[in-house]
Amino acid sequence: MDSPMSENNEDQQYPRRWNHIRKILERAGPFCHPNYEASPEVLNFVMTSCKILVIGAGGLGCELLKDLALMGFQKIDVIDMDTIDLSNLNRQFLFRRKDIGQSKAEVAANFINSRIPGCKVTPHFNRIQDFDEDFYRQFHIVVCGLDSIVARRWINGMLLSMLSYEENGELDQSTLIPMIDGGTEGFKGNARVILPGMSACVDCTLDLYPPQVTYPLCTIANTPRLPEHCIEYVKLIQWPKENPFDCAIDGDDPHHTNWIYEKSQDRANQFNIPGITYRLVQGVIKNIIPAVASTNAIIAAACATEVFKMATSCCLPLKNYMVFNDLDGIYTYTYEAEKKEDCLACSNVPKILEIENDNLKLQQLIDILCENESYQMKNPGLTTVHDGKTFTLYIPTVKSIEERTRENLKKTLSDLGLKNGSEILVADITNPNTLIFSLKFKSHS
Amino acid sequence: MIKLFSLKQQKKDGEATPKVGNQKKASAAHLRITKDLNELNLPKTCNTEFSDPDDLLNFKLIICPDEGFYRGGKFTFSFKVGPNYPHEPPKVKCETQVYHPNIDLEGNVCLNILREDWKPVLTVNSIVYGLQYLFLEPNPEDPLNKEAAEVLQNNRRLFEQNVQKAMRGGHVGSVFFERCLK
Repeated sequence: MDSPMSENNEDQQYPRRWNHIRKILERAGPFCHPNYEASPEVLNFVMTSCKILVIGAGGLGCELLKDLALMGFQKIDVIDMDTIDLSNLNRQFLFRRKDIGQSKAEVAANFINSRIPGCKVTPHFNRIQDFDEDFYRQFHIVVCGLDSIVARRWINGMLLSMLSYEENGELDQSTLIPMIDGGTEGFKGNARVILPGMSACVDCTLDLYPPQVTYPLCTIANTPRLPEHCIEYVKLIQWPKENPFDCAIDGDDPHHTNWIYEKSQDRANQFNIPGITYRLVQGVIKNIIPAVASTNAIIAAACATEVFKMATSCCLPLKNYMVFNDLDGIYTYTYEAEKKEDCLACSNVPKILEIENDNLKLQQLIDILCENESYQMKNPGLTTVHDGKTFTLYIPTVKSIEERTRENLKKTLSDLGLKNGSEILVADITNPNTLIFSLKFKSHS
Repeated sequence: MIKLFSLKQQKKDGEATPKVGNQKKASAAHLRITKDLNELNLPKTCNTEFSDPDDLLNFKLIICPDEGFYRGGKFTFSFKVGPNYPHEPPKVKCETQVYHPNIDLEGNVCLNILREDWKPVLTVNSIVYGLQYLFLEPNPEDPLNKEAAEVLQNNRRLFEQNVQKAMRGGHVGSVFFERCLK
């Protein structure tokens, strides 16, 4: 048998190493994608070409890296901004006690690279926001093991912003990067497949995330009944007032936690409220949700399977949202989350706005938006984005902004730095959402 | 269902990637706040101030009540709209020291829609009206400044006098208030 990896030492040493994968990829079957062509080429693609980005090297991330590496993926990047903490070690099994304080991404990558021959994990000890489109564009698939909604929305927005559309408004599918997202909370978890621009995105289903627990400020201040009320009081009122360490609260700093613990205890005593513990204080200030190793393993396995299916087309992908709960028995349910028609993140496909050239003045552009029969706007406000920074072109309704942007009305689009292909954001009472227009010049001045 | 990697061989590894330009799309928070501000319909007692017209996420609201206990005063609130807006409410603080049952001396404001009752359908306008209402109808039931609330509940005349004293600049009990008359 001629292995696609015959030049690879490890595979000569272990000739049957990938047999489990070959059984799936080199045979057709009833669950295959209709166009699937079983061949050794597919494994070759998985091993040599397919680039996967894993976001997060924590509970889900460790599982994902192990799963993907054992499935044959060899070009994996991992991003995590966090360092290893003692409390991670029970489930984040790529880390040891000696690794405490080091970068999760780096230690995880080293572990996988030395344990799984041929696999090359590239670590990034960074925030996801540190990278731009050029970085994210190199990947075929992004898989997330995150604990933050903000981070999920950010990467979701990034993948959406990388889509290009044909002139007829159709999505250019070669610009699409699928996103597989896993999430766990105690014994509950979910895995989902997002095809940005084609299926429901993170923002489409934003109301599925429970809102953060908040308590009325007056209850916290005057009629606390729960230990959490006392801790919130110290966190929200006493800390900013006394500013004991001259900085914002850092949930990872034991001095901070201790201070809040002692003050919360004082307050709880005052109101005869039992139940303040150090761990509870830590939980409230860091918003800790108990993590269960088995849930992480299951959800990561579901996500890794989806990555594999997506990369190979050997099986139809999850459609598209799987929930899992094993608090009482085992329960899973899969349904198709629908795209939200007015989703702020993904429904906003830029509309082409054709204009003569960049000699047009901003006022004339506004006139076009008001007079054009397909828009007929009343009093639009316009902003734009340059290099990730927003600029206000004109907002008529806010006096202090109007006064300072009025001058812009007389300037030409080129004076304002708008080019062919620039996007402007237009808010108007005639539309429930801010619209995005992509400028297209008929001629160049 | 699309077959994603029919083009897998020519894609990636740097070459032939479409260059869209380095314009990054505006965040959902920015899109939404642009909409909120463009539709801002302020009562005549309120005004907004943007120190940087390009930064729509940080601004101040000035309220000058024209009736009620706080008539003649001028109160400044800072608004910080976070990246998770409108999933999370803006952070609002009162920058003017005020003798008020629902605003404490650090500027924390007890308004339900700023915390537990926030919903993404609410807008900056809803908050403006909520704040304006606090000045018209201070609520002694859910106090942040307990002393002020007790006075309001037990002796409206004294409360009124205290408010006046505070707004003119002076002591109420042991607390000194800076002048905030218009």
